[in-house]
Amino acid sequence: MLRQLTLMFALALMSMASISAPLPSADVAADSVYTIPPLTLRDQRGQSFDLASLRGEPRLVGMFYGSCQMACPLEIEYLKHLQHAVAASAGKSIPVLLVSFDPARDDVALLKKVAKQHHVSAPAFRLARAEHGDEGMLAGVLGIAYRQLPGGGFSHNVRVSLLDAQGRIVAATDASGKPAPAFLRAIGLVLKNH
Amino acid sequence: MISRQFALFLLLFSFAAKAADYVAIPAGRFESALAVAGHAAHVRLAAFSMRSEPVTNAEFRVFVRQHAEWRRGRVPPLLADANYLSQWQGPLQPGASILPDQPVVEVSWFAARAYCHSEQARLPNWYEWEYVSAADATRADARRDPLRNQGTLSAIQGASGNLPGVIGRRPANVYGVRDLNRLLWEWTGDYAAMFPNADARVPGSVVNLALCGGSALAFADKNQYALMMRVAALASLRPADTTSRVGFRCVRDLQGDR
Repeated sequence: MLRQLTLMFALALMSMASISAPLPSADVAADSVYTIPPLTLRDQRGQSFDLASLRGEPRLVGMFYGSCQMACPLEIEYLKHLQHAVAASAGKSIPVLLVSFDPARDDVALLKKVAKQHHVSAPAFRLARAEHGDEGMLAGVLGIAYRQLPGGGFSHNVRVSLLDAQGRIVAATDASGKPAPAFLRAIGLVLKNH
Repeated sequence: MISRQFALFLLLFSFAAKAADYVAIPAGRFESALAVAGHAAHVRLAAFSMRSEPVTNAEFRVFVRQHAEWRRGRVPPLLADANYLSQWQGPLQPGASILPDQPVVEVSWFAARAYCHSEQARLPNWYEWEYVSAADATRADARRDPLRNQGTLSAIQGASGNLPGVIGRRPANVYGVRDLNRLLWEWTGDYAAMFPNADARVPGSVVNLALCGGSALAFADKNQYALMMRVAALASLRPADTTSRVGFRCVRDLQGDR
């Protein structure tokens, strides 16, 4: 009885000790997307990485889901064209990260399939799913909202954010139509200042 | 020796007794008051469990003591606005004017999410919340009772601008869940995707390219004014916003499915 109790008590203490997560390091800008709680992702190559490890390089970040028939394929095609336009005008490349908000269905095999369909490849164009942590926090800071519908699909918006090297949101687009000149200029400026 | 064992046992027992009370919500079907793309939404829900009461100031205090990153003054502005827990006396003390058993308010959607995550739970989605809120003390679906609807509406209108009242003044519903409808607004995980003002069906509009699926939201049941007010109130918020009327409760999946 006493041994059991001691064990329970030790476990209780251990669980209390393990709860405090480390604070984000002091040099992350307060308004950086990388201040969200730790999020571990896995991309279409099966490679695992922490979202916060992407700090240091400007990037376009959005979300999608693999079985999406309409808006998400358009989003990917838009971003491909945008990457070409940036390379042509700025002479530099801007990497893309799209994170699935349907990790239950979007496994690595599906990410790989979607990437192949659209002829995009990592690391320039990463499709990823959450392995540990809450991708909903990322959606929240990026202004992306989604809701699963009774039929199984999602009601969602499309929003792709331009992050500077620190992870601050500099500009955003709904990724439809032709890339807006102002958005292209913003990317050029961020790349130039990097 | 015996008495020491007993004291330790009592100590452990009191930890257990303070743990949040989740009650089982059986699987079921219902018609949401929110229409999807102009049609009534017939929703089928898997069984889950829900906190019987909203998260209180006392419970949130324990959370911020254990999770320093969610203390007032430490939370980055992207995750909570400047009003976060502002009515508390200090970052760790609600103070004398805040009742420990009142629902915690002035918490952002991010903080609410993190709290639920800390107890292996999540925020309910809208349908889960609406399904449980449709019940009263005797009926699983009391939504067609005009007296009940009027009572809810009056309570909400009378309370606007004040901190929420005390938990537990009204009977629990048939599931054993309290204070869903009258006391406060509650964050749901998917609140931001309800788009009550978005009509993506305007001919010639390109807006619909930004919205995939049933974005045009309307109320199928126009008698649910209190519910409409709730959706309008929630939909006007950004996830980092905190207000004196919005708190939350958490749910858990059963049988390990997400």
